[in-house]
Amino acid sequence: MEIKGVAEKLLAGYIVNISERCNDIIIEVDSRNILKCLTILKNNENIAFDFLVDVVGVDNSQYLLKKDKAKKGEEPAVEAPKAPALPRYEVVYLLLSLQHNKRLIVKARVSEDNMTIDTVTSLWKAANWPEREVYDMYGIKFNGHPDMRRLLMWDEFKDYPLRKDYPLEGKGEKRALIYE
Amino acid sequence: MNNINLDEYIKVNIGPSHPAMHGTLRVIAWTDGETVMHCDPEIGYLHRGVEKLGESFTYHQFIPLTDRMNYCSAINSNVAYEAAVEKLMGVEIPLKAQLIRTIMCELARIADHQVCVGILGVDLGAFTPFFYLIIQREEIYEIFEWYNGARLTNTFGRIGGVENDLPADFDARWKELKPNLFKSIDETDKLLTHNRIWMDRTIGVSAFSPEDALNWGFTGPCLRACGVKRDLRKDEPYYQYANFKFDVPVGKNGDVFDRYMIRMQEMHESIKIIDQAYEMYKQLPPDAPLMAKVPKIIKPPVGEVYSSHETPNGELGFYIKSDGTDKPYRIKVRPPCYMIYQAFPELVQGEMIADLVACLSSLNVIAGELDR
Repeated sequence: MEIKGVAEKLLAGYIVNISERCNDIIIEVDSRNILKCLTILKNNENIAFDFLVDVVGVDNSQYLLKKDKAKKGEEPAVEAPKAPALPRYEVVYLLLSLQHNKRLIVKARVSEDNMTIDTVTSLWKAANWPEREVYDMYGIKFNGHPDMRRLLMWDEFKDYPLRKDYPLEGKGEKRALIYE
Repeated sequence: MNNINLDEYIKVNIGPSHPAMHGTLRVIAWTDGETVMHCDPEIGYLHRGVEKLGESFTYHQFIPLTDRMNYCSAINSNVAYEAAVEKLMGVEIPLKAQLIRTIMCELARIADHQVCVGILGVDLGAFTPFFYLIIQREEIYEIFEWYNGARLTNTFGRIGGVENDLPADFDARWKELKPNLFKSIDETDKLLTHNRIWMDRTIGVSAFSPEDALNWGFTGPCLRACGVKRDLRKDEPYYQYANFKFDVPVGKNGDVFDRYMIRMQEMHESIKIIDQAYEMYKQLPPDAPLMAKVPKIIKPPVGEVYSSHETPNGELGFYIKSDGTDKPYRIKVRPPCYMIYQAFPELVQGEMIADLVACLSSLNVIAGELDR
């Protein structure tokens, strides 16, 4: 069955971009419509993406910048190239249809000015921790999430470590032990 | 925790450093007498920032980090990661490398299941089967050690193939190991499966319905114990799995007993797979290539990929985004027990505290994989 065609028809009007690479179909939708789109994909009987594999956050602020630098040689790429065109963050939903044994990747971009996106915990309980982790690592808040706390880092931690501007060696934070 | 007033109950903190909490897991349980009314697992005590580290390493340098995720079966993690990079690069590895990976992966699967079943027994007070299993696991580790020098953190394989051929005496070692494996599984089976105490402690404990399991994102033995027949080796066959004859054991109730039984049966299936893979391997000429043609410095084309393998715990996936340089732009690991463990409050609600420990061991939550 041709997932790409069916999904394209179902999500007509919502799709920003659709591409295919290494047998993975990647659909990009607007972040405001993410819950609507995933509900359609889950409940439609023809494709029935009823299994959420994972939710991934990506910080695109340095994507493809290094390559430009290497091409130009010595010049440091100081001036921000085409940065405002795309919102900085990306939330990627990896879906699986158990009936048809097909996979699909759905993406939504989240801009820095409005770091929120709707939660999909109402569709899949499996989204609970992955969404908390995206919040923990990138600071993207999920509207309507039942338990929006940090997951892997401790509660007093201020930064969002997987952002590209957070240094690998940390900022010298010390673990503050606060007893209740 | 629907409409439960938690203040009415006694708060019990279990872990993170506690003999029954495998590794560094912490559970805060609200109990009424001995019954767990609600619990809140807290994770992150073994968080080492593997994903952040991966962004500053080259593709090859990331392989040793995957060892440290599921340290009971490091080879499966290595192979799953290598396969993801190979998919990103569009490389098909040679047949011989595929078979060596299959053999090693299945050996690691047996070792992992042995640990899981053995520790489950220890946590429930049955100490003896643990030794029967661990002795044979040691023999499997001997094979790993003799393959490339490492027992637990194997760093097995390279992107594009494997580094070594199976040495000539694999045949003799496997012939010696196989009957012992059967024997150890059989002895464990005799000691546990029809044991009255064992049955009382495991049957019906933390039973889970298939709908709930799918909703929570379960994969692997825990999902199959609920009665859903899903195994990536069958459903999305990679390497030569489509040519091997093996069954996918399926449970019924999704309780601790079913998870235990699935693991016991899967060990038998893995032995079958190793036999068939080794038969196929013997047909190949000795000088068959071990590596596909890959450049020394790996620079995959721009793009993103998600690839997953069936590891002993379930679906281990890698989401890799490449920007065309020699370092990955973003690596996201999808650990199988992460998804399973988040359903823990629902799994143990209404059970006894002692069953909480049994449930935790049967899920085989590995802190290294969970926290990354």
